Amino acid sequence: MREDDERAVPAKPAPAAASPGPVAARWRDRTPLAIVLFACAALLVVAMTLGVGIGSVPLSPVAVWHVVAGGLAGHPENSVAGIIVWQIRLPRVLLAAVVGAALTTAGSVVQVLVRNALADPFLLGVSSGASVGATAVLLLGVFASLGVWAISVGSVLGALAAMMAVFLVSRSGPGLAPTQLILCGVVLSALFESVTSYLIFRGNPQATQSVLFWLLGSFGLASWNQLPIPAAALAAAMVYLMAQGRTLNALAMGAEPAASLGVDVRRLRRNLFVVTSLMAGVAVAVSGVIGFVGLVVPHIVRLMVGSDHRRVLPTGVLIGASFMVVGDLLARTIVAPQEMPIGVITAFIGAPTLIVLIRRRPYLYGATQ
Amino acid sequence: MSLCLDRLSVDIAGRRIVTGIDLAVGDREFAGLVGPNGSGKSTILKAIYRVHQPSAGRVLLDGADLLALRPKDAARRIAVVTQESTSEFDFTVREMVMIGRIPHKHSFDRDTETDRAIVDHSIERVGCEALARRRFNTLSGGEKQLVLIARALAQEADHLILDEPTNHLDIHHQVEILEIVAGLRVTVLAALHDLSLAALFCHTIHVLSAGQIVTAGPPGAVLTPETIRHAYGADVLVIDHPDTGTPHLIPRRSNRKDPPCTSTTTPGQEPGDAPGAPR
Repeated sequence: MREDDERAVPAKPAPAAASPGPVAARWRDRTPLAIVLFACAALLVVAMTLGVGIGSVPLSPVAVWHVVAGGLAGHPENSVAGIIVWQIRLPRVLLAAVVGAALTTAGSVVQVLVRNALADPFLLGVSSGASVGATAVLLLGVFASLGVWAISVGSVLGALAAMMAVFLVSRSGPGLAPTQLILCGVVLSALFESVTSYLIFRGNPQATQSVLFWLLGSFGLASWNQLPIPAAALAAAMVYLMAQGRTLNALAMGAEPAASLGVDVRRLRRNLFVVTSLMAGVAVAVSGVIGFVGLVVPHIVRLMVGSDHRRVLPTGVLIGASFMVVGDLLARTIVAPQEMPIGVITAFIGAPTLIVLIRRRPYLYGATQ
Repeated sequence: MSLCLDRLSVDIAGRRIVTGIDLAVGDREFAGLVGPNGSGKSTILKAIYRVHQPSAGRVLLDGADLLALRPKDAARRIAVVTQESTSEFDFTVREMVMIGRIPHKHSFDRDTETDRAIVDHSIERVGCEALARRRFNTLSGGEKQLVLIARALAQEADHLILDEPTNHLDIHHQVEILEIVAGLRVTVLAALHDLSLAALFCHTIHVLSAGQIVTAGPPGAVLTPETIRHAYGADVLVIDHPDTGTPHLIPRRSNRKDPPCTSTTTPGQEPGDAPGAPR
């Protein structure tokens, strides 16, 4: 998957005459997508098998797949292993995979939308809006009648409110232009965060602890009935985004080149904004604010397969899912029997990874100019 | 294959930038659009490729309203090369040129053998075969510009718009790029800064000043010291190019009596300014 290394070496452009390689030797500049996807899918299967197998009651991969096969056939086992796998660990691993894929996809697209490598899915205010909603639920007892769904509903409503606010504020002029979007997102995020801080300041200490835990993200409460909505959101978003693969490439060139290539930039930006915000909002609703995945994984994926979004998006789904499954596995095993918030793990893996990447590809990050 | 601007006016943020532009580019003609900084060259071009909406007037392509076409259909008729900075994203030269195929593709279409052949041919036409597998971000300014022209070629449009395509390029690449464009046998409208270079390649030159066309015609008729003084507020000598007889402009220093080492300037004529820019 690192087949492109030898061509990445010249940090300074060589004169045209000295450039290596005859033309037309082979059209493919990159590893065929099918091979990449097959390898990534295998990685995901391994990660998920480990995720289900490892824990306070360790299970062999064979045992894991035996239970899964039985469950898929419609009659889950009633053994201890069966209940652990089917009722507890599998829904958790699947939810982590879906959220990881959604955050990675949203991150890849937001980076194109604002043409900025530093962007992540939470840049546009979704997470801070969701935090206000979730904090209100946890501290003020809003939506208490909805029971276990209260936090999800609260955070989705918060995310939608934030999304609407950012959208309306940054709609003027050419519409959702990168700098406008970033500034409005950052400013409104700060505003929402101050509301969250105020609620925490007014709240009681025990509840504050649960808010903090929620803010750092966790899959500890995962269950089967949490899965359908995020999975459907991810699937619908992927269908739309894959249809836009080429136009995403054009938008990565900038608004004006995209317009000259026949792309309706205003409409595309609006759709991308809505799709990514919804995806990030749904992910936050089921798992809290898990940082760094949406920032780092898109970069890892681009280093593997280049920037063509017809390659980036499907690869990102698989890598993002694997990353989150492994992250969750670490979160619940490192300090067992306690659980670490997964946001701690993702930042701990993500930050050094990104630094290594930046140092390896200086020209991509403006360091050669 | 003709491009025609009919009384085109463009406002940006409530301010009129260009007014009543009438301009016609004939079949396979290479037309140059020149004028001082801020005179509205880019604005006119951007109105053609839909970044700005005209507040009045029309853009006609073979007599039909270009802006009434769907954006994709328009992009199959007109390709654009602008000065493009580096991108945050990592595309190879081939992937970059393949982006030019977008107007010809539906949502889920894959790259076909035809697309690949067109991309390779476009890269060959600008002489960048050796760069085909390189990463766009690692290329020099001149090489990048050639690749962007290849991308426009892959668009297979019969009209080409160029917005200062030779800016910041060395003299070799300036000539190379205009030579390639002149050899394409498509209808070209190019905003250019270097007047002598424009005279060398353009069939017709349109001179823009303060948002209006002041004169248009063959380079020899248009690029006179009087026109340049009127449009740019600059003094130039015009001589004939020894090879082609086209006008070649030689800048003159502003009328100052003091030797150059003293720092007094003649009132009203700061050498570093663009005196012709709109107030």
